[in-house]
Amino acid sequence: MKLLFDRIDEPGLNTLPVYEARGGYESLRKALAMPPEAVLNELEASGLRGRGGAGFAMGKKVSFLPKGAMDKYLVCNADESEPGTFKDRELMQKSPHMLIEGLIIASYAAGANRSFIYIRGEYVLQADMLDAALHEAREQGYVGENILASGHSLSLVVHRGAGAYICGEETGLLDSLEGKRGNPRLKPPFPANQGLYQGPTLINNVETLATVPTIMRMGGDQYAKLGVETSTGTKLVSVSGHVQRPGNYEIELGIPSREIIYGLAGGPPEGREVKCWFPGGSSSPVLTADELDVPYDFNSLAEVRSMLGSGAIIVVDDSTPILDVALKVAKFYRHESCGKCTPCREGTNWTVKMLERIDSGEATPMDLEIMASVQEHIMGNCLCVLGDAMAMPISSMIVKFREEFEAHMQAAQARARADLGVADAALTAADALSAEGAAAHA
Amino acid sequence: MSALRRPIPRYAHGSRVPPGWDEAADLTKEPSPVPDPATTEVPATLREEIEGHMALYPDSRSATLPALEAAQRVHGWCSPEAIEQVACVMRLTPAYLVSVASFYDMLETSPVGKHSVYVCTNISCSLRGADELYGAVRTAAGDDPEFNVRAFECLGACDIAPMASVDGAYVGPLSIEDVPRLLDDVRAGREVLPEKQLARRPCADAEASA
Repeated sequence: MKLLFDRIDEPGLNTLPVYEARGGYESLRKALAMPPEAVLNELEASGLRGRGGAGFAMGKKVSFLPKGAMDKYLVCNADESEPGTFKDRELMQKSPHMLIEGLIIASYAAGANRSFIYIRGEYVLQADMLDAALHEAREQGYVGENILASGHSLSLVVHRGAGAYICGEETGLLDSLEGKRGNPRLKPPFPANQGLYQGPTLINNVETLATVPTIMRMGGDQYAKLGVETSTGTKLVSVSGHVQRPGNYEIELGIPSREIIYGLAGGPPEGREVKCWFPGGSSSPVLTADELDVPYDFNSLAEVRSMLGSGAIIVVDDSTPILDVALKVAKFYRHESCGKCTPCREGTNWTVKMLERIDSGEATPMDLEIMASVQEHIMGNCLCVLGDAMAMPISSMIVKFREEFEAHMQAAQARARADLGVADAALTAADALSAEGAAAHA
Repeated sequence: MSALRRPIPRYAHGSRVPPGWDEAADLTKEPSPVPDPATTEVPATLREEIEGHMALYPDSRSATLPALEAAQRVHGWCSPEAIEQVACVMRLTPAYLVSVASFYDMLETSPVGKHSVYVCTNISCSLRGADELYGAVRTAAGDDPEFNVRAFECLGACDIAPMASVDGAYVGPLSIEDVPRLLDDVRAGREVLPEKQLARRPCADAEASA
């Protein structure tokens, strides 16, 4: 069933005439003919959960905004920087009007009159597409004052970022949109109460908003019949890494993960096996080949202590050492940590250092324990979840691939000894000393 | 243990930290004020563009990123002159703008070549050989001052891994053999590897185009 990706490669779909010819902006007309509360009811009935990463119910998020006449803001999070995620990119490039239409409907339901699409600066082509589509929509009277004589007005600005993962975090995004460094804010107050310019703000992912026209067309109840009870509808899944056909696929939530990785993406190259896979971007705890039959939906993945996240499946096959994967992931978060909270700034840095020590043969056997405890001390101790986003996958790797880490460490130590030309016997004394020292510290 | 026996790597001046880290700011110097419009020259087109961005937002400060990006396009990087001009138009202090510019990867705080080649070296791309690709691009570009070759975090195009963003255009999947032609295309001002442009790639989901 294709809803978002229905004939996505149709030539000219990015332009208004083609989009309208297939029924585009009909959902907007339908919505504007209803009271905002009725639109909100449809969104709540659809059971749509946010597609950006947290999976929070979209209708509920809209309902959190205070009622009454005041400046309210709607911000579309198009910063898509979670490693492995590239679904919004394809959607914005090929069907920008779908996003704009969904955004207008959502703004009507939320009573927001000013909206922004915060798109990452690297997406030059996609931002140009959005700008062109926005121009068309404005000319046609879909964006601006008194939209289609409904009394609802909306301004929309496409705002380009400049390269920072943390700006995908909602409060970091707001600070960046206000022209500051993208540092996350303390919550509460949540953006629904005090967000952009201290006003009530609704923030939604591209895919979430792009789904809204479909929900209005089908009706919330009909949409809720797709997928499974706690994860309704279809989802764009980005599959990458060691698979034969990497790319974006639209699936109905709840199908077995194996079907996505092997059926749609073709599985790992000939003769290789899945070693581990990230079900929801590099921030999600890794799963192993034994967990390939887990249904791909929010709750089933949470039950196996991972998460659906942004819907980005990264497959790693058995030719790659787990240490390389851990090091890549940890280095990324070290680079992207904004530095505001100590556990994240220091924790990501020390995790990288310890992984490098394991790789170079300079680690002590207790380093693995220390590394695991560092992750525990990051979790839940920062303003945002960037640190947790490293701690979760790294912890899961230490638990699930402990033997490989230990073997890697020992092999690296043996190599280091050989390189130095030190006889094993000569080193034993030093080993004993350092073990004593470690015990004294413990 | 073995670390103790290995010589500690040191920089030429004998320290383990890079030279210059401890060059303190000159505390006797007054902080730069908001530049005086009467004495600061700003190119008319740049001023117009920045003012256009400022008018889009309820708070004009929101235009900081687009303004710095515009100034970078004119000056090649966020040079002191570029910062001064943005500060003058936006009525902000240069220090504020430098603090913002230094936060974002795409704003350059030192001079760079005019053609950017961002090679994605994050997890999905590196699983498919991005680190080798990055090395090959660096070697091939050598010290050509026209190029700004950087290893970049996930660019959001893992379907064409390993890939690069060349002056903003995504190309991939790239092999090491593509590198010389990629650089030649940039030098000649042509579209880079037309058959590998993401802009023309169909959706991987076969049913989506059915």
